[in-house]
Amino acid sequence: MIAPPKPDLVTVNIDGKEIAVPKGTNVIEAARLVNVDVPHYCYHPKLTIVGNCRMCLIEMGMPAVDPATKAPIMDPATGKQKINWIPRPQIGCGTNVSPGLHVKTTSPMVKDAREGVMEFLLLNHPLDCPICDQAGECKLQEQSTGYGRGYSRFVEQKNVKPKRTQLGPRVTLDDERCILCSRCIRFSKEIAKDDVLGFVDRGSYSTLTCFPGKQLANNYSLNTVDICPVGALTSTDFRFKMRVWFLKQTNSLDTETSVGANTVVWSREGEIYRITPRRNDDVNDTWMADSGRELFKSLKSPDRLSANANIDALVTAAAELFKANSGTGAIAVVGSGRSSVEEQFLTKKLAVALKATTSLVSRVGQGDKLLISADRNPNVRGALVTGLIAALPSQKLTDLAASIDAGKVKVVVSVGEDLAAAGLTAAQLAKVSLVYLGTHANATSAAAKVVLPTLSVFEKNGTFVNQQFRLQKSAKAVPGPQGTTDDLIVLAKLATAAGATIASDLGSIWKLLATEIPVLGPITYANLPETGLLLDSTPFAALPFVEGETLHYKPAAPAVAATA
Amino acid sequence: MNLQPATLQSIDEVITHYPVKRSATLPLLHLIQEDIGYLPPDTCEWIAAKLELQPINVLEVITFYPMFRQKPIGRRHVKVCRTLSCALMGGYKTCEQFEQEFNTHRGEVSPDGEVTVDFVECLASCGTAPVVLIDDDLHEKVDCAKAKQLSDQIKAEAKKR
Amino acid sequence: MAAPTQRRIIFQHIDEAGYSNDLGCYVRHGGYEVLKKSVTRPPAELIDEVKKSGLRGRGGAGFPCGVKWGLVDRKSGKPIYLIVNADESEPGTFKDRYIMHQDPHQLIEGTMISCFANNVKQAYIYIRGEMPHGARILEKAIAEARAAGFVGQNICGTTYSCDIFVHRGAGAYICGEETGLIESLEGKRANPRIKPPYFPAVLGLYQCPTIVNNVETLCHVKYIVEHGGDAYTKIGTPNNTGTRIFCVSGHVQRPGYYEFEAGKITMGQLLNDVCGGPLPGRKFKAVIPGGSSAKILRFGERFKGKRKVGAEMVDYDWGVEDVPMDFDSLGMIGTMGGSGGVIVMDDTVNMVEALANINAFYSHESCGQCTPCREGSLWMKKITTRMVHGHARPEDAALLKSVADQIPGRTICAFGEACSWPTQSFIAKFGDEFKQYPETKKTAKPAGAHELV
Repeated sequence: MIAPPKPDLVTVNIDGKEIAVPKGTNVIEAARLVNVDVPHYCYHPKLTIVGNCRMCLIEMGMPAVDPATKAPIMDPATGKQKINWIPRPQIGCGTNVSPGLHVKTTSPMVKDAREGVMEFLLLNHPLDCPICDQAGECKLQEQSTGYGRGYSRFVEQKNVKPKRTQLGPRVTLDDERCILCSRCIRFSKEIAKDDVLGFVDRGSYSTLTCFPGKQLANNYSLNTVDICPVGALTSTDFRFKMRVWFLKQTNSLDTETSVGANTVVWSREGEIYRITPRRNDDVNDTWMADSGRELFKSLKSPDRLSANANIDALVTAAAELFKANSGTGAIAVVGSGRSSVEEQFLTKKLAVALKATTSLVSRVGQGDKLLISADRNPNVRGALVTGLIAALPSQKLTDLAASIDAGKVKVVVSVGEDLAAAGLTAAQLAKVSLVYLGTHANATSAAAKVVLPTLSVFEKNGTFVNQQFRLQKSAKAVPGPQGTTDDLIVLAKLATAAGATIASDLGSIWKLLATEIPVLGPITYANLPETGLLLDSTPFAALPFVEGETLHYKPAAPAVAATA
Repeated sequence: MNLQPATLQSIDEVITHYPVKRSATLPLLHLIQEDIGYLPPDTCEWIAAKLELQPINVLEVITFYPMFRQKPIGRRHVKVCRTLSCALMGGYKTCEQFEQEFNTHRGEVSPDGEVTVDFVECLASCGTAPVVLIDDDLHEKVDCAKAKQLSDQIKAEAKKR
Repeated sequence: MAAPTQRRIIFQHIDEAGYSNDLGCYVRHGGYEVLKKSVTRPPAELIDEVKKSGLRGRGGAGFPCGVKWGLVDRKSGKPIYLIVNADESEPGTFKDRYIMHQDPHQLIEGTMISCFANNVKQAYIYIRGEMPHGARILEKAIAEARAAGFVGQNICGTTYSCDIFVHRGAGAYICGEETGLIESLEGKRANPRIKPPYFPAVLGLYQCPTIVNNVETLCHVKYIVEHGGDAYTKIGTPNNTGTRIFCVSGHVQRPGYYEFEAGKITMGQLLNDVCGGPLPGRKFKAVIPGGSSAKILRFGERFKGKRKVGAEMVDYDWGVEDVPMDFDSLGMIGTMGGSGGVIVMDDTVNMVEALANINAFYSHESCGQCTPCREGSLWMKKITTRMVHGHARPEDAALLKSVADQIPGRTICAFGEACSWPTQSFIAKFGDEFKQYPETKKTAKPAGAHELV
């Protein structure tokens, strides 16, 4: 692999600290690199620059040179090159670094500018903190505390604007709280490509509006809630449910598709309250799809499976089925593209011990060119990497159906896949003994001889390989309900019962992965970075992956023409 | 959208003035408003379709510029300048006079439907203050007496119709 | 010393009996001869004449026109646009109106010469929406000029082509700001752009290099190209060359427009000799010299200092009446020449109410994009309106000043300065009147005083 070329570096001086940053970096980002906070509202690293909030105003200067000779002009007092400080403050977001740029963020000019802007922002802002969901993560609260004057001199009437309008099915708008930063408008236009938001009226009466008759209903509408610095745009689902400072944050992944958008799961006392995106500049920037945020809703639904017996008893029952069908190919194992890498590895161990065939169920849909890829399985590539499968899964389990009809396969172990949805008929299901590991009831679990209730992605640790062949990890946010067992424990017990003794803890599994799967060599679950690690995908380069272009992903080469 | 053929012709012609269609937004809004008298509710979608924009883009513009109105007004539009030079010469009294003459208040349609009186900002004729724009015509040095005169004229013209 | 006589260069034919705004009349008076000669000259030569002339923009900023043209990016390969800023909206200003209504071909000729000099193939005249007759007159004039080969394809028989379209605004003062104008021309809300990077000379209309010039400025260009830049410098005073059209309004006997050599007439001469002095029985109290955005001057103030005259530094000690009407002198005493809109207030005017009127204008016209101007302009308006119609407090004067001080230098465009300078200067010059207003407002208004807000 050729290392990326070193970007042109520019040296700047921020509050006396020198730092070399890549050309094109703006002053806010440069300051971040030296742990200097430049407060801002309208600036967002993934949206165009508008420079309208004026909160990031700072003092800037350039080294003085003689205009004729270009020789540096020295300051006799300091012995260093004189700095021509610009008398007016400049916005940091709109200024890219230039060699020798000097920045002051703590001078009286800057302090006064910030106090002024804060006072102006709070002027017409309603005193909603006690009832506003944004409290605790509100930029206005944080920056007025950090940089504001601390008292108000306004004695007139504040502007009145529409409050609590339903902007769309998932977003509530309070126009009085809006500070007119326009992040939501820019996001809708530039990222979601759904230009429905805009400002109507003028001046301080400007009001954020969705075009009457249209809604902010696209599958990325909740990102506007994430980026709104105040409580103007809020999630209708989360409204009034919980104060954010009570919530625990767990890093996780959106397992809707093979994009593998990074997320944060917010929970308290075993209950999940909301999911928000986590920044990963290589995968999902700062965004995620609305549909991925609802995945936790079904955790406590009535059809959640719960064991009717002790787990070991259930494993024993399954083991008996295995012993009775010990011929090669008498057992079929259906793994899942939704299982983690570790689960797929253990599934493979189980299949080998059972001398079973393996297959995966494919899930293909329409990609939206953003964060929903055409592959609705998050971890098909994990199955490839662990060797659970060697080719891409087919839509329907036609091979397995044929084997069942032919009487070859007598037992099917399904790890979380509903075989009826994958094409097996009720007759075929009735012909075999089913062992089902999964979270929710379905036709397969109903027909199964042994049901082993397991955990959802929110209730366990695991890694997944996304469409970029990036290995990313997801952590356990909440415990599973009574009567469920971690998939790794269940798979390990089943494998052990089938004769291939294996541990179920991540440390041991990863030791095995490191030795048996070359491409995972130097990695451990512990040392995997939070933003993931790209694996070598060359062994799989010839496979016709279904994904088209999405954010940060271009398919490698034209896909081999699919045969019917 | 019920526009006259001449208006539609003008609309198609004016779009050719610009390399980017969106620029024709203001001219189209003027043409539609001059035809119908105001901008009806389907204006945004109609212009958006014509100029390959989103309706919100048009609504943003309509509400930004005070000359555009989304509701009908009186048959005659009396716009009195309220900015400093005209106010110094009695512009506020002039406006009051018009309001009294037609028994109306600023921003409303008068009871006889004839007139809407509005304040506007500087009309760039400060040397002849107070200044009033009635429809497209500028009237200068409009003190209370002249305001009454102009009101009588409006009423006379209304009778003739 | 009595006032000099007017030097009507741009306004030569304004209000002239028998002068009409059609092409025939213009040509009979020698019109388009300068254009005919210009298109045979190297464009760089024309730009040079404008640079030599020292012409400063007449829209309000007074930025040197030659320098502005020199900043245009000619290497990008993108088309260069020229926009005529005919959005005359600065309160107190009324000069471009007469050029466009009565002598439109002068503007068209000046525009075409400027376009040729800058290799512009497409120009737009952005005229404010409240001048519908003006728009029609301009369109008719352009059609006439096109038919005669002065606009459009093959100008005056050469291979140079350039067309002009008239584009009407719709009632927003901020469209007078050059980047606000460009946004409005692009069909959007007139939100000015951040500079850097969106300098019109580099990234203007449709992100192409663009020149935005005021109506009057372009007419001066025609004169300069005709007579030469050096000849132009002999008119007016050093660094403030040419003539200025002063628009006097408010409490004078003869308000109106008057064209004089820049710097060769003083405020006193203009207001007393030319405009006949204050109304009977009244005394001058205050004057805003350059459109309502300019800082106010109080009659009775004195300005002392040193200034450059020729090669020497000379003392000056001026009352308001002594101030020469040019960009630099007015800038030196803490105000600006601006658009030339001179608004005069006499002793019947209460300054709190006058400020309330001005603040209402700015808060109404603020585009709302950036925080200090959007919230600050409305706050100042709410304070002054409360003072006039509600409860006035002595500390409101200090509060107003403090609010106004938080705006300039912190905004995207000069509207920040425009909306805050009135408040700053009114408080600075008439602070006592503001502090005493809670008492004064209880007493009767002086005779002849009008309601201002």
